[in-house]
Amino acid sequence: MTIVAVLFVVVVLVFVIEMLRRQKIREKYAVLWIVIGIGTLVLAAFPDLLFWAARVIGVQVPSNLLFAIALILLLGVTLHLSREVSSSEDEIRSLAEEVAILRADLRDVQGQLPAEREPRPRP
Amino acid sequence: MTLTPRSKTLVIMPAWNEAESVFSTVQEVLEHGPDCDVLVVDDGSTDATARLAAEAGARVIRLPFNMGVGGAMRTGFKYALQHGYEQAIQVDADGQHDPREIQRVLDGLANADIVIGSRFEDRKEYEVKGPRKWAMVVLGGVLSRISGTRLTDVTSGFRAANRRAIRQYVAHYPAEYLGDTIDSLVVAVRSGCTVAQVPVNMRARQGGTPSHHPVKAAVYLVRSGLALVFALTRKKSSPVGD
Repeated sequence: MTIVAVLFVVVVLVFVIEMLRRQKIREKYAVLWIVIGIGTLVLAAFPDLLFWAARVIGVQVPSNLLFAIALILLLGVTLHLSREVSSSEDEIRSLAEEVAILRADLRDVQGQLPAEREPRPRP
Repeated sequence: MTLTPRSKTLVIMPAWNEAESVFSTVQEVLEHGPDCDVLVVDDGSTDATARLAAEAGARVIRLPFNMGVGGAMRTGFKYALQHGYEQAIQVDADGQHDPREIQRVLDGLANADIVIGSRFEDRKEYEVKGPRKWAMVVLGGVLSRISGTRLTDVTSGFRAANRRAIRQYVAHYPAEYLGDTIDSLVVAVRSGCTVAQVPVNMRARQGGTPSHHPVKAAVYLVRSGLALVFALTRKKSSPVGD
């Protein structure tokens, strides 16, 4: 069972690092996943850690501690993504405003240029 | 069309699929309004709004997608700032703001940074009931307190801004729901802009109908309350100097 867990985590980590290498994912998002992956790897290699932590915190069933940690981490990741999406949206909006104004200005400037677009007859 | 403004005043008209009314509204503003440039901000319309506005003699900015009244207005204020207008006034494209009253609202800028053209309180035909009314009363009360002047119609879109307020809007105009009315006002007041209101007549809209559905009204109440609470608890923005 431990082998399967370790293998799974390794595959996920390799996938994340490969995406990072190909610039499919930004470092700031990848770091989170790499940290989570390494944490899981440690837990998979030393399951006793989980039992110990559960005893110290006072959780009766160690797997519940695992679920709770997973939930909190996933919540953190989704909140982080919501935040990033919101700021991206703000940036897109400002860009859209700028582009729209520039396009209107460009049209005005073009209207002021002398209309010499057609090729002139050669003398 | 020239790049330099012909006038010191910019009328900003946010329009989203207002093809039925935008042409006549622009024409009416040019005809009966004060000396001004009219800027129609086409908020991602899928109909002929932009073409009709241009034919009526307005400058047109076309936003690439729908951004809401808040986004359209912020674009308009940006344009006003970049092109050196002294004052800007928002006029709805649906024709409910009377162009003959633009000058009156603008005159209010003599002793305030932001002027709101407010509906007469005693006119029966504009009476609203239920949650929408409670919302307006509460919003009006709170905003009157923080601005130090009596404001009765804070959700009115008929409002003018001088250069100081325009600069403030460009820096901090929120894109959220009701950001164009409540939020922007709260932020502006808290960063030192002064507000005044001028009574105006509102006309029936030429297109579109206001919603009177009870569920929609309740949603409006909740969202406007939230917008107000968030606006009030937000960190003060630094005052924008001249």
